[in-house]
Amino acid sequence: MSNTKYILGSFADPDDMMHGIDKLQANNISIYDCFTPMPIHGIEAKLGVRPSRLPIAAFIFGALGTVLGFSLLFYTMSYDWPMNIGGKPSMPLPNFVPVTFEVTILLCALGMVATFFFRNHLFPGRAPRVMDLRATDDRFIIAIDAQENTDHTLIDGLLKEAGAVEVKYNERKYVSYE
Amino acid sequence: MGTHNHHHDYNFSEQFQFAGIAKVLSLVAIVVGIAAIAFGLLSSDHIMVERTYANLLLMGYYFTCVCAAGAFFVALQLVTQSAWSAGLIRIPQAMASILPIASIILLVIVALGLTTHNLYHHWHAEGLTDPNSPNYDKLVAGKAAFLNVPGFLIRQILFMGSYSIFAFILAKLSYNEDLAGGLTSYKKSFKLSAIFLVIFGFTTPIWSFDTIMSLEAHWFSTMFGWYNFAAMWVSGLAAITVILILVKKAGYMSWVNENHLHDLGKLMFGFSIFWTYVWFAQFMLIYYSNIPEETVYFYKRWEPEYKPWFWINIVINFVAPLLVLVDRDAKRKENIMLIVAIVLLCGHWLDYYIMVMPGTVESHRGFGFIEIGTAIGFVGIFTFLVLSKLSKHPLVPKNHPFLDESLHHQI
Repeated sequence: MSNTKYILGSFADPDDMMHGIDKLQANNISIYDCFTPMPIHGIEAKLGVRPSRLPIAAFIFGALGTVLGFSLLFYTMSYDWPMNIGGKPSMPLPNFVPVTFEVTILLCALGMVATFFFRNHLFPGRAPRVMDLRATDDRFIIAIDAQENTDHTLIDGLLKEAGAVEVKYNERKYVSYE
Repeated sequence: MGTHNHHHDYNFSEQFQFAGIAKVLSLVAIVVGIAAIAFGLLSSDHIMVERTYANLLLMGYYFTCVCAAGAFFVALQLVTQSAWSAGLIRIPQAMASILPIASIILLVIVALGLTTHNLYHHWHAEGLTDPNSPNYDKLVAGKAAFLNVPGFLIRQILFMGSYSIFAFILAKLSYNEDLAGGLTSYKKSFKLSAIFLVIFGFTTPIWSFDTIMSLEAHWFSTMFGWYNFAAMWVSGLAAITVILILVKKAGYMSWVNENHLHDLGKLMFGFSIFWTYVWFAQFMLIYYSNIPEETVYFYKRWEPEYKPWFWINIVINFVAPLLVLVDRDAKRKENIMLIVAIVLLCGHWLDYYIMVMPGTVESHRGFGFIEIGTAIGFVGIFTFLVLSKLSKHPLVPKNHPFLDESLHHQI
């Protein structure tokens, strides 16, 4: 058909955008994603976005922290060179709790940040990729995969009917900040 | 530019009808409580009398703490200008507005316990502060400048009196807002709440030093105040959750949904962990430094008659909320939240039990009709008073400036 990869409907009002999502969905047009400059309540449920799996990563990093923190204490305080501090046994568990706890929190937090950056391609030196620059400013964007949904005139009509101020036909997926 | 349809069809003049099974059950519970207390106090065995006093102190303190936590909740929401809680604020408000009654009950208990020598006999007995007396106790004499009967009673009256006044006024202002509208009440309550929180924050630790820690007057811990505050706040949140869910199940407050419940769940989860944190901080520092006058507290609680309860306390108040409430979906389900909140309320009864009993009845502790009956009685009077208060005003502050935001709360 054409070289258009994505159709972007650009809205000035979030209510209009939500309305546009309804209209597209009523016509069985699949929505690739939405981009908004602020969080919009209920949009995840409407788009059927699955809940984030970040908590799973957090749990794994936390558990790793527990094991590492405890191992460090056990190895240095009880195994390699058992130390007598205040007449306590060489493995005083209550004393081990704070350090184990802190290492758990540390690894959990750092691991979560690292996972988040990794999944979003946000490592240093990387130019962030966005599909529409104004989605970071004052526009509410609905992106539709133009290869999957072939009736472009219908899409155009539905978006404009819902109140889109602009409809773009992009041949590249991302515009970069550069 | 909103993202929501602002139309709703909630009935904001809806009022709770306090009748039927709830009223009957709470009155029966009060009768059971009175029977248990009378049975204990009229006993010829002085240990039974002392045990009843210990239970009265436990439940009187618990009751006052839960109501004070209601006042704290209301003040906190006002000072932080929170919107999510506007739809359910009438429940903590009802708890706060019965704080004066709870305070008077606790005041009577501590005054009677003090004068009859059934409570606080570690620091209040003949000749403890007299160097010529055979009963002379150097440690208690050293603390007598703070820990003496008039000072103790004056502090009790001042602290609970000031909390009660603030709690009463904050509830009153909100009820006025219903009639008058406008922002006058809200602005006034904002200022009052800020003052209240400062007073509350500085005095609750001292209040708990007086009421509970002085039962074992030789021992002291600066963590004790925070530990008691954490227990008070968690049990207050659990009480709010239980009342909210039961009132909702009775068909009221349709505007409160799983999002509000989720927030309450997060608070209960977070502050259960905070409770454990302070509990453990107190325990570990004493364990670590191993000084006899400090370890005596835990030594007593590791005697065979207390040790199992000592550990069950941690399981109920830390492990249970940690494992159940860590899941997002669990915090959004009424029945799971109801069970966890009830478990936490029982758990903090046990927590107070372990605080009170070793300093009063020591090895003569019991768990029978007196304990269960007194607890049921206080639950009854709490339920009766809170629900009566709740039924006197609409269930929602319809002129609250953030009410609309609360109705659309989503997390």
